Amino acid sequence: MPGTDDLQKAQRFREAALPYLDDVYTLARYLLRDASDAEDAVQECYLRALKHFDSYRGPAMKPWLFAILRNVCNAEYARRAHSHAAIEDTPGAAEQTPMWQETEASPETEVLRSRDAGAIRKLIDALAEPFKETFVLREINNLSYREIAEAVGAPVGTVMSRLARARAMLRAAWMAEEEHSR
Amino acid sequence: MTCDEAKILLHALLDNELDAGHAREVEAHIAGCPACAAELAAQRDMKRVLSDANLRYTAPDRLRARIEASLPQPQRQSLSRRSVLRGFAMGSAVSALAASGVVAVVLRQDDQQRVLSEVVSAHLRSLQAGHLTDVISTDQHTVKPWFNGKLDVAPPVIDLTAQGFTLVGGRLDYIDARAIGAVVYRRRQHVINLFVSQTSNTEYRAPKTETMQGFNCRRWGNRGLNFWAVSDIGADELAEFVDKFETAMKANVEG
Repeated sequence: MPGTDDLQKAQRFREAALPYLDDVYTLARYLLRDASDAEDAVQECYLRALKHFDSYRGPAMKPWLFAILRNVCNAEYARRAHSHAAIEDTPGAAEQTPMWQETEASPETEVLRSRDAGAIRKLIDALAEPFKETFVLREINNLSYREIAEAVGAPVGTVMSRLARARAMLRAAWMAEEEHSR
Repeated sequence: MTCDEAKILLHALLDNELDAGHAREVEAHIAGCPACAAELAAQRDMKRVLSDANLRYTAPDRLRARIEASLPQPQRQSLSRRSVLRGFAMGSAVSALAASGVVAVVLRQDDQQRVLSEVVSAHLRSLQAGHLTDVISTDQHTVKPWFNGKLDVAPPVIDLTAQGFTLVGGRLDYIDARAIGAVVYRRRQHVINLFVSQTSNTEYRAPKTETMQGFNCRRWGNRGLNFWAVSDIGADELAEFVDKFETAMKANVEG
């Protein structure tokens, strides 16, 4: 039977961490590209977060949870790399260069057509790591550069260059698809 | 500033992450560089389209439930009752007769729990506009006769205004599928519902306070009647109400 301390800690944890469940789940969906893997990873993330909650000193809960989730997801990547079946549909491996390349920007600006969320999610899913996670943390999870640096354990300068590259790749892929559908 | 630098920094400009000095530098470069200006416009355009789309996912309820279930939980009463049953099911030395006795006790408790929840529901219903009283009177000699013929029992109606609990009226209610009398009191802005029903048990049962959904309920039995006093006032004030009521009723009977 849990003691009073455990119950109080659980309650504090509930109030601090559970409001970000959708955020953590969103990142997990983009990182793992699979709904049930994402659920498992998020649950594991919250278990670990509770375990380390005593040593949590803030200030921001969201980047802290994201950092834990990344570790969980990296373990999942490692597992997939060992499992034969998973290899083929794992993108972002170094040898798999995306079919679009970052192009020299053409001076004329084409306006992108609005797309439904599902199509955009697919484009984001196809981005290679670590560019995808930087992009999702900034554009979808609304973290500041400093918070992203905290969550991924990289300097702010690295975050900036990854983000620039992620956006360039996404836009190129987006335009390539529009070209294709014409 | 070179174009390579500007192509990275223009994102920080878009995201409002640059301090004023750097922002000016990037803007100055862009003003003189059509390629970087086009890139900035293109990225601003993409940001706009992205912000129109809902790209977030919503965690499924079952995931929330799974995480909730993995947190340390306060022990619940129903759980402990079930574990009592499980203990008996597993203890081979315990005779079936004794076990069935326990089952009866357990069921009776569940029954009381159900009645308690009905009493609290009735209290909640009474707080909705226009549901509190069928007969409005601060005079016990008006409220008491009103119940005549409506119930198989005459609920004691006692004016406790002098003791700090104002009688406001009476009402018919239904608890456990039976018509039952409710005598309504007020303490400051708080409503106290006193539910009264008949019972074949004439033994005195001492008052006991239980809490459900934030309401205190004090239950006791006396002279063949079951009483439930329900209110959102504190447990100590509710106990005081029951004491005053019992004292006054005793005086009525003996007097």
